[in-house]
Amino acid sequence: MPSRAARSPMAAPQSFLWTRRVVLTLLAGFVLLPVYVMISSSLKPLQEVSGKFQWIPHGLTVQPYFDIWETVPLGRYFVNSLIVAGSATVLSVVIAVFSAYAVSRYSFRGKRVFTVTVLSTQMFPGILFLLPLFLIFVNIGNSTGLALYGSRGGLILTYLTFSLPFSIWMLIGYFDSIPRDLDEAAMVDGCGPIRALFRVVVPAAVPGIVAVSVYAFMTAWGEVLFASVMTNDETRTLAVGLQGYSTLNDVYWNQVMAASLVVSVPVVVGFLLLQRYLVAGLTAGAVK
Amino acid sequence: MRHLRAAAAVTLAISVAAGVTGCGGGTSSGGGSNESPKTLTYWASNQGPSVEADKKILAPELKKFEKETGIKVKLEVVPWADLLNRILAATTSGQGPDVLNIGNTWSASLQATGALLPWDDKNFEAIGGRDRFIDSAVASAGKEGEPPAAVPLYSLSYALYYNKKMFADAGITTPPATWDQLVADGKKLSKDGKWALGAEGSNLSNNIHQTFVLGQQHGADFFDKDGKADFTSDGAVSAVKQYVDFMAKDKIIAPGNAEYAQNQSLTDFAKGRTAMVLWQAAATTFASQGMKPEDWGVAPVPVPAGAPGAGKQTNSMVAGINMAVFKNTKNIDGAKKFVKFMTSDEEQKILCKTYGSIPPVKAAQSDPAFSAPELKVLRDTLATSAAPLPQVPNESQFETAVGTAVKELFADAAAGKPVTTDTVKARLEKAQQTMQQ
Amino acid sequence: MTATVTTDPGPATSAKGTSRGSGGARRRMPRIPDRIRQGGLPYLLLLPAVLLELLIHLIPMIVGIVMSFRQLTQFFINNWSAAPWTGLDNYRLAVDFDAPIGEALLHSFFVTCVFTFFAVGLAWLLGVAAAVMLQENFRGRGVLRTIFLVPYALPVYAAVITWAFMFQRDNGLVNHVLHDQLGLTDQPSFWLIGDNSIYALIIVSVWKGWPFAFLMLMAALQNIPRELYEAASIDGAGIWQQIRKITLPSLRPVNQVLVLVLFLWTFNDFNTPYVLFGKSAPANADLISIHIYQSSFVTWNFGTGSAMSVLLLLFLLVVTAVYLFFTSRGRKGSRA
Repeated sequence: MPSRAARSPMAAPQSFLWTRRVVLTLLAGFVLLPVYVMISSSLKPLQEVSGKFQWIPHGLTVQPYFDIWETVPLGRYFVNSLIVAGSATVLSVVIAVFSAYAVSRYSFRGKRVFTVTVLSTQMFPGILFLLPLFLIFVNIGNSTGLALYGSRGGLILTYLTFSLPFSIWMLIGYFDSIPRDLDEAAMVDGCGPIRALFRVVVPAAVPGIVAVSVYAFMTAWGEVLFASVMTNDETRTLAVGLQGYSTLNDVYWNQVMAASLVVSVPVVVGFLLLQRYLVAGLTAGAVK
Repeated sequence: MRHLRAAAAVTLAISVAAGVTGCGGGTSSGGGSNESPKTLTYWASNQGPSVEADKKILAPELKKFEKETGIKVKLEVVPWADLLNRILAATTSGQGPDVLNIGNTWSASLQATGALLPWDDKNFEAIGGRDRFIDSAVASAGKEGEPPAAVPLYSLSYALYYNKKMFADAGITTPPATWDQLVADGKKLSKDGKWALGAEGSNLSNNIHQTFVLGQQHGADFFDKDGKADFTSDGAVSAVKQYVDFMAKDKIIAPGNAEYAQNQSLTDFAKGRTAMVLWQAAATTFASQGMKPEDWGVAPVPVPAGAPGAGKQTNSMVAGINMAVFKNTKNIDGAKKFVKFMTSDEEQKILCKTYGSIPPVKAAQSDPAFSAPELKVLRDTLATSAAPLPQVPNESQFETAVGTAVKELFADAAAGKPVTTDTVKARLEKAQQTMQQ
Repeated sequence: MTATVTTDPGPATSAKGTSRGSGGARRRMPRIPDRIRQGGLPYLLLLPAVLLELLIHLIPMIVGIVMSFRQLTQFFINNWSAAPWTGLDNYRLAVDFDAPIGEALLHSFFVTCVFTFFAVGLAWLLGVAAAVMLQENFRGRGVLRTIFLVPYALPVYAAVITWAFMFQRDNGLVNHVLHDQLGLTDQPSFWLIGDNSIYALIIVSVWKGWPFAFLMLMAALQNIPRELYEAASIDGAGIWQQIRKITLPSLRPVNQVLVLVLFLWTFNDFNTPYVLFGKSAPANADLISIHIYQSSFVTWNFGTGSAMSVLLLLFLLVVTAVYLFFTSRGRKGSRA
């Protein structure tokens, strides 16, 4: 929507153009500097990475990109992360859509308590409930045989709940901005409220839902603290697994960088594909 | 109505919470059982170059064990970054492995939780008796006077690694045997952007290992007989000051080492930027950094005067890995069999050779592999002049408190701020006050 | 237990009529019983979220609060129920600012406040700058937008470890540029220990956090009606004036929530300092999250650690309440 986003048709003055050039160049430099370091370090042999920094690397090698799969079961961690983050995202978004719909479209007792409580969970320091949550999972496992501890399922439950509050709260704003006439018209046509939600509200809210999905995915993708205690070798995620490149006596800097780049590529590509929705989507939720 | 419901919800939540806390712990009934005699879960620590390498190293041994006993061992190699937290979580919930590796400095702390099987005479008998192990290693497995909480598995000690060429260039013919010699040699070596000694100033554990040994040499134990923190004794202050002074006063450690915590000092050594490091089994790291075995030599860590020995002649902490059994295991006999297997002469030889460590089992040490120059130094040190770190329940607190004090002193020294007996004492005083219990 | 469909007067009547009346609509929807559809539906919709919040957030938090009243050291973690109740002892220890533990906590609290102020402020500032500068279409806009989102996509551990790599005194890029190439410092400076560590922490945190601010602000800018700018331009307002008079004020509602969320996340951030400094952060960068981690996981004293967490929680609750009170009042006033 460039026409809407564009400012005045009037030609911008030189002062603005120069400021823009300078600001954007500096920002791009700031953002890309570590990325450059990652790329150049990932292409060096180990002996050279730990030496004095040089802008132009000597002795380029792609060996680290082969070694990363041997040092650490990177492929398995990657699949685990995809499964965990993917499932957490889907479930989180579905649940958030239901909740946001209820809050946005109905008035009922306890609504305010619900929204305030949900927001307040953002204030919990993770350290406060890491061990208790672990205990609860173990106890549920002992009494029902449901293996939450050490399984992907437990991690999915945890992460989806982590992203729920912000997602619900963003979607409420988004749904509020969709005219009620739309779903009411659908109900007049004989849809129940649930069907109205899926037939009318959700399609109209696709951008917002995409935005929430990206947020939920990134939350699950990057979490370290809970994953380090609640996973085992089979279920370990990338965020924790990358630490496997530093052992007691060695830090394989070049491999850490190579592995990070490799696993980030799909995420960046996903970003690119979703960007247009993301930008349009954050708007309504955020403006609320 | 509304309040009533809220109250009911809170009551429910609290009762659930109380239930959780109530049955939080593992079984405290002791002994373990033999409900599932055919399987074992084993958490190994990461000893080799990577987690994957460890799996490959251990797999054939576990196969052997399965063939002998019919017990299948489920192995998980836990990276060091996660190991202690995983053990804590397992201890808290009772949901953990049957057998596990622990860093030997954690022994007394984990012993205090009561979650580990105590190795009394009867249990030791099941694995061939306490006498099979060297004394210093057993002493590093728990509080003195109580049955150890674990059994020594791999042992190590500190040694002085030096760069032969840099020594020759500086006209030094023999590695230093006393600290005075080390400083004198160090001043010859520290020039033209090169430095004599490497240190890991921001690595808390390493700081503790070094200052503990210096403390022993000054007659300081850091804990009194009742296990109370005693960080500010003259000996402790002198020890810490001596270590930091290598950078602050003697200027034989590069200031940049103050921030090292990722083994950068080994990299510096391998690149010929520093001439000496005090380390435990660094050979494989030097090799992976491209250094040839003939380029470096190994000598015992210096002492104030004379030869290394017990007491004030101590020149290393007892480093190593111990093997423990969770009390609530469902295969107690199998767990003991597995410990017996892993500490058998044969397995000790195989595994210690692979990992470059010293077998804590006396009989296994006779293998010629452990008489190679590097390992001989480590072995002799372990046998004659190594002491375990304080075996107190709050050992990890000690490492954090004093290790941080040393780290901050290094930071001061590197920034050119003065390091005096008073500033050292003040830091240690503060460290001591944060020790609870 | 009553629930009604909230709607505007006009179409509401018809909607209500449809769902409540005995018309054909209901007969076509036999799956959901009438009573539930009217009264229980919103609760039914909220049920999964409520259950999950209870299981993952609220009950563990209550357990955490219970822990804070017990002496939960390593002597008792294997059997919690045996841990003695200590009343407020853990809290007393934490807020006794004359004793080293309380003093350190207070110090850490101030460090965290300073850190959060600058980290959130700068992240927000960069976000605004980039969003405003990218508002108009020009060549390379799409590329820049993607580049700016890269820090959000990199795994936290990888990003922070790379910064730690760059901040090394002797071998890092930062000193290579500042000292070797530009000659700005006489001596290469330390970034990961000592007094500079807080700058390093803020820089890394901003680098990681600003893309989120950028994203939300950029989205908000797209909703500003073009007519506003056109009108202003007819009135003779230049581009700078337009930014000041139209763009920035339009961002107010977004800023309210953005700043709050950034504040809460930054204040509780654990990963950045932990990866950057390890188990023991330099005094100047001793964030409260690391401090609490140390007090519980490193020293194995979960009671004290929980008490500190509860205090932190209370503080954040108060700040948030005050913040929302003032910002919401301002907004309502301006809307009316």
